[in-house]
Amino acid sequence: MTEEVDTGRRHFLTVATVAAGAVGAAFVAVPFLASWKPSARAKAMGAPVELDIGKLEPGAMVKVEWRGKAIFVVHRTPDMLAKLPAMGSSLRDPDSNESEQPEFAKNEARALKPEYLVLVGVCTHLGCAPLEKFTPGDVTVAADWQGGFFCPCHGSKFDLSGRVFKDVPAPTNLPVPPYQFVSDTRILIGADKGNA
Amino acid sequence: MGTATEKVAARTGGGRLAALTGWIDERFPMTKLWKEQVSEYYAPKNMNFWYFFGSLALFVLVIQFVTGIFLTMNYKPSAADAFGSVEYIMRDVEWGWLIRYMHSTGASAFFVVVYLHMFRALLYGSYQKPRELLWIIGMLIYFALMAEAFFGYLLPWGNMSYWGAQVIVSLFGAIPVVGDSLTEWIRGDFYISDVTLNRFFALHVVAIPLVLVFLVVAHLMALHEVGSNNPDGVEIKKVKGPDGLPLDGIPFHPYYTVKDLIGVGVFLILFSLVIFFAPTMGGYFLEHANFDPANPLQTPPHIAPVWYFTPFYAILRAVPSKGLGAALMGLAVVLFVFLPWLDRGKVKSIRYRGPLFKFFLYSFAISFLVLGWLGLQPPTPLFTNLARFFTVVYFAFFLLMPWYTSIDKTKPVPTRVTYHAH
Repeated sequence: MTEEVDTGRRHFLTVATVAAGAVGAAFVAVPFLASWKPSARAKAMGAPVELDIGKLEPGAMVKVEWRGKAIFVVHRTPDMLAKLPAMGSSLRDPDSNESEQPEFAKNEARALKPEYLVLVGVCTHLGCAPLEKFTPGDVTVAADWQGGFFCPCHGSKFDLSGRVFKDVPAPTNLPVPPYQFVSDTRILIGADKGNA
Repeated sequence: MGTATEKVAARTGGGRLAALTGWIDERFPMTKLWKEQVSEYYAPKNMNFWYFFGSLALFVLVIQFVTGIFLTMNYKPSAADAFGSVEYIMRDVEWGWLIRYMHSTGASAFFVVVYLHMFRALLYGSYQKPRELLWIIGMLIYFALMAEAFFGYLLPWGNMSYWGAQVIVSLFGAIPVVGDSLTEWIRGDFYISDVTLNRFFALHVVAIPLVLVFLVVAHLMALHEVGSNNPDGVEIKKVKGPDGLPLDGIPFHPYYTVKDLIGVGVFLILFSLVIFFAPTMGGYFLEHANFDPANPLQTPPHIAPVWYFTPFYAILRAVPSKGLGAALMGLAVVLFVFLPWLDRGKVKSIRYRGPLFKFFLYSFAISFLVLGWLGLQPPTPLFTNLARFFTVVYFAFFLLMPWYTSIDKTKPVPTRVTYHAH
C-alpha cells in the first residue's frame, strides 16, 4: 500500500457525491414546487356553473362568477349584431386567430348562438374588468364609438363581440369560456360539449 | 485563584466587566468583530449628507421587523378574515393603529431611503471597480425588497391590494408558452384567492425577510472588505501613514456612529410627522381604494401601484404591446446590475466627471421622477406620449453609457480627499 493520495479516485468520489446530491435535491424539490399548483379543493371549486338566461332582456348583460372571474353574458339585439361585420378593419384580430375561445366561437359573433355573447370579463392586457359601454357614440370612450367594452385601467377597447381594437394595450380579444346550452334558457359555463 | 485574563483585568482596573469580556473572547470573537467591523473600520473622513442613507436603510429594516412581528400577532392570513383583522388592529388592538402605520409608512420610507442610497452610488461611482460585487449584492437587496413590498401589499386584502396583485401576477402571463401555467402556479388557483393570500403571507413574513437579512450581512461584509467610497471617489487605502492606517480615514465608531445618529434623529422627526399627521400621505402611501375589501368582480376605476413602483409601471403602460412592455419594465429594473460594466469612465465621482455624464445622469433622475408621477396618472394620450419620451431618456442613460463615459472630458482627480475641518 502506498502512502500517496490517489487524487484521481478522490476527484471521482467528489464529483460522484456532488452529482448524487444534486439529483437528490432535484427530486426533493418536486413536492415543494408541486405543492404550489392548484389543490384538489381549488380545482373542485372551479367546477362549471349553470345560469338561467330566460329573463335576460335584449340589450342587457348579466355577470356571473366562475373561477373567481366575471363571466359576461350579453343578450345582443339584431341591431348590435348588424354592426359586427363593419368593425373588421379597425380590429387587431377580427377573425380570432390569436385569441382564446372554443372552436365553436371562432366566428364573427364569437358565440354558439349569435344573440347570446358569453365572455370572460377579464381584460387580456393585465386582468382588469372591462366596463360595458353599449351606447353608440359614448363620448367617454371615443367620439365614433359603436358600442362595446372599455377597460378603465389602461384604455383597451373591444367591440360587441369582445374583439380588441388596434392601438390599445390589450393583445388579444376577450376570451370566450367553454360553455353549452343545457336547454333553450339554461346555459352551463365552464364546460362545452367536448369535455362536459 | 485567577486565570491569566482575570489577572490582566485586575491590573487594568477593568474589574468584573473586563473579566467577563475576556471570558467571552476566549470562546467567541466578540471584541475582534467589534474592532474589525466598527471601532477599527476606517471610513473616509469626507463622507457627506448622501452617506446617511445606508445606515438609515438598516434602521428602517429594524423598524419593519419589529412592527411586522407585532402585526403578525393579530393579523389573519385568510380571504375571509384578513380585511377584518386589519380593521381590528386599527380599531380594537391597543396602539394597533400606531404599529400598523409605522409598518405602512416604514415601507414607503424604506424605498425613499434606498432610492437616495442608490442615487448616491450613481453620483459618486460607488458601483465601479472594486465595488462591483458590493453593488450587485445591493441590487439583490433591492429586488428582495420589491418582492417583500409586493407580497406585503396583498395582505390587507383591500380592493387595490387585490387588483394590484392581479395585474402584477398576470405580467408573468406575457412569457411565451409557459406564461399561463406559470401564473396559475404562482396563484395556486384560477384567480387570486385565499390560497394566494396564504402563500404571499408565508413569503412576506418568513422567506423574503430571511433572504434580506442574509443579503444585508453579505452587503456589509463586502463593504468592509473593499472599504467605503467617498464624495471624491478617491481610494483612501492608497495613502497610508506610518502606522499602516489610511491618512484620510477615521474609525467608524465613534465618528460615524455619532454622525448617523443625527441622521436617525432627523429621519424620526419626518417619519413621525407622516405617521401622526398624514398616515395615508394623501393616498400615496395607503391608497384610498384599499379601504374597500377585495372584490374579484369589481376593478377599482383606476389601478396604480404604490408610488415606489410607478416609474416602472409607467414604462409598462407606455408600450402598446403586453410582451414588450413587460420585457422593458423588467429591463428597466435589471439594467442597474450592469452599471459597473456599462460605465467606461476613468473617474468615479461626479465632482470630476465631464458635462456629458452630468447631462445624462440628471436627465435620468428627472425621467425617473416624471415616470413615477405619470405612473400614478390615468393613461390619457398626452401622458402616454410623455411616458414614451421619458422611457427613451431612462434607457438612454444606461444604453449610451459606454459611449458617453468613454469620450467625456473629465477633470484630474486628487490623490487625497477634499476636506475642510470645521
